[in-house]
Amino acid sequence: MGTADGPKLAGLNGPEGRGALPPLSASPPVERVAIEERVGALARRSIKTTAKKAGLLLAIRMMDLTTLEGKDSPGKVRALCQKARWPDRTRPEIPSVAAVCVYPNLVPVAKEALEGSGVHIASVATAFPSGLSPLSIKLDDVRRAVEYGADEIDMVIDRGAFLSGEEQKVFDEIAAIKEACGDAHLKVILETGELGSYDNVRRASDVAMYAGADFIKTSTGKIQPAATPAVTLVMLEAIREFYFKTGRYIGMKPAGGIRAAKQALHYLVIVKETLGDAWLTPELFRFGASTLLNDVLMQLVKLETGAYQAAEYFSRD
Amino acid sequence: MAIKLVEDGPETQSTHQRRRGERRLDFGTAWEYAPAPERPDHVRLRDRYGLFINGRWVSPESGKFFKTINPATEEPIAEIAEGSEADVERAVAAARQAYESVWSKMRPLERGKYVYRIARAIQERARELAVVESMDGGKPIKESRDFDVPTTAAHFFYNAGWADKLSYAFPGRAVRPLGVAGQIIPWNFPLLMAAWKIAPALACGNTVVLKPAETTPLTALLLAEIIREAELPPGVVNIVTGAGATGAALVNHPDVDKIAFTGSTAVGKLIQRALAGTGKRMTMELGGKAANIVFADAPLDQAVEGIINGIFFNQGHVCCAGSRLLVEEGIHDVLVAKLRDRMATLRVGDPLDKNTDIGAINSREQLERIEQLVQVGEDEGAERYTAPCPLPEKGFFFSPTIFTGVAQSHAIAREEIFGPVLSVLTFRTESEAVERANNTFYGLSAGIWSNKGARLFKLATQLEAGVVWANTYNKFDPSSAFGGYKESGFGREGGRHGLLPYLVVE
Repeated sequence: MGTADGPKLAGLNGPEGRGALPPLSASPPVERVAIEERVGALARRSIKTTAKKAGLLLAIRMMDLTTLEGKDSPGKVRALCQKARWPDRTRPEIPSVAAVCVYPNLVPVAKEALEGSGVHIASVATAFPSGLSPLSIKLDDVRRAVEYGADEIDMVIDRGAFLSGEEQKVFDEIAAIKEACGDAHLKVILETGELGSYDNVRRASDVAMYAGADFIKTSTGKIQPAATPAVTLVMLEAIREFYFKTGRYIGMKPAGGIRAAKQALHYLVIVKETLGDAWLTPELFRFGASTLLNDVLMQLVKLETGAYQAAEYFSRD
Repeated sequence: MAIKLVEDGPETQSTHQRRRGERRLDFGTAWEYAPAPERPDHVRLRDRYGLFINGRWVSPESGKFFKTINPATEEPIAEIAEGSEADVERAVAAARQAYESVWSKMRPLERGKYVYRIARAIQERARELAVVESMDGGKPIKESRDFDVPTTAAHFFYNAGWADKLSYAFPGRAVRPLGVAGQIIPWNFPLLMAAWKIAPALACGNTVVLKPAETTPLTALLLAEIIREAELPPGVVNIVTGAGATGAALVNHPDVDKIAFTGSTAVGKLIQRALAGTGKRMTMELGGKAANIVFADAPLDQAVEGIINGIFFNQGHVCCAGSRLLVEEGIHDVLVAKLRDRMATLRVGDPLDKNTDIGAINSREQLERIEQLVQVGEDEGAERYTAPCPLPEKGFFFSPTIFTGVAQSHAIAREEIFGPVLSVLTFRTESEAVERANNTFYGLSAGIWSNKGARLFKLATQLEAGVVWANTYNKFDPSSAFGGYKESGFGREGGRHGLLPYLVVE
């Protein structure tokens, strides 16, 4: 990866790609009404037939199938991994998802279950979901998850620090965690539902990217609202600006609240018309979701047969 | 590969050019939208339409008909009656009779009910109206479906509510209707303009003779069907189709109390000359060359959306289109690069495809006018950029175009093009922005993009424009007055102010 033609994956640039906290002027204001209107307009794109099928298959390849519950167990994770590898065993043309996302303790289980599948293992770390622990503990959390076999780390930023103006602290933590990740990809969760404004979402995106994020991600899924199309567009615009300034391709992951195939297609439309073809790949766009997959499968069957199957025809994992 | 990011301060032109040059976005074919045509099979149009006079469909006295065509295919859709002076005579007489005997005597509450009924019927037939509007006029179905038709219904609803509350609109004053209103509307928003004219006129107690534009008569004729089904008393609304001569007959008819005109400034002036000394009331909503002003502190990505919407909405066939972009010099290159990227995502083509952003130019005549003015722009030395959109082989289409390096003295900075063509100019200071924005004989609308609230309010009072949008563009609401300064016309439509032209206030 990182060839002359293809996208340069920022994470593979290594920690030397890191810069300093960007000046405030690097983060322009965001107009609330206009951004919501724009995603509203994109929601009315009509995605039919071949476009729908291609979009749904792409959405599966971009999915981080997630379970982040206190009651997660090896059995639950193994079941999820089965689904991740073969979303529909009766239809081999359905691709595997991009990754399975679990807590660090369950990474070894997932690793075993996904052996040889090409499905990545993502692990939340850094005192997920609040991020309110000492940095040393967060770093240890990350190192363990990587040791256990995580390919991707989903960290949370310290929203308390960000909202109290300590951007430098947020920046330094991300940078330190990026270093602790080693070869693992770093996704930085902004928890946009706690940031209070689109201006803050934009600013946090810039801080995260300049600190070394490979992906920026909306939410933990534990706070409402989680991902929204408008927040995603704000973050995609930050990614676009960062690309023009640095040449680096940063990925985007909306997570939480994306349950319907139609929503997934809406997100893909936003990506297509904001960043273009280069980002329409699992390397640069992911969905964090736990229940989206079955609706996508149901829509794919509907496209083929013209009829909706009962929900019971799809395994719940 | 160490990347040094530390020096990244505010974007300047030189760093921007250097960086942008090698990096670009590819809006290609990785995931293409399949065709998504809105099917027209549910639409039932007649082959031939007469005139709607005194509640009935009648043949034109001359026996003459003309064809209305679909500008996206150049194929005829229906035959339309050409109204003559004699037909206008019949229509005005019917309107006068209805005014004297029924409409002016009806209780305002009852009058309001009829207007509400029209509004509801428009909603019920929304899909059909949207499809016909796109077929006859060329505008994308997403606009006729999401903007024209819903806003049309909203105008009838809004004005219906005023019918029995007019004395509250102007407290302490006595109000009464004028009589017969002659109304002439343009081809850019055929159904919506009919609503802007008919709804307040009826709510205020007047009767109407409406002449739609000759290239887009169909939705007005469907509205006539709706009015008939709503069982409005015969003669309250009459619709006489035809071209300029029909309009002239209406303007010159001695028994018309008021003329409401929306269209070009040139025709507006002719009408004003014809009406001079007659005592007839008039309102004029004419051309524009609006400035859309973008300051360096603006939310730029959203400003880009506002600029695109401002000039490419309805193929630029909008009198309040933001056709002059005034950009603070320091962000000119960044903004133009963003505009070009955005233009690469515009989809030009079949107006009935739900994903089409820019449809067909309304007529061959208009297409030729756009082409001619664009040629003048090139000849005068402005730099043209046209989006790389494939165009259909048949029909009247024009790719979205922007001109940079435009001076105040260029024709494309002064004349209304009424097409998808934007002229980009720069300014250095706030006062220069205002001066340039006002340096036009038009004064219909303006836009300001800035993150400073105080600046928005200050400039809004300094810009000579009837409507000033701040951090948005092309926003319309029935409760908000719309109208011009200078040669963009006079009189207001919409809101409480929009009632005044249809009332005698004592």
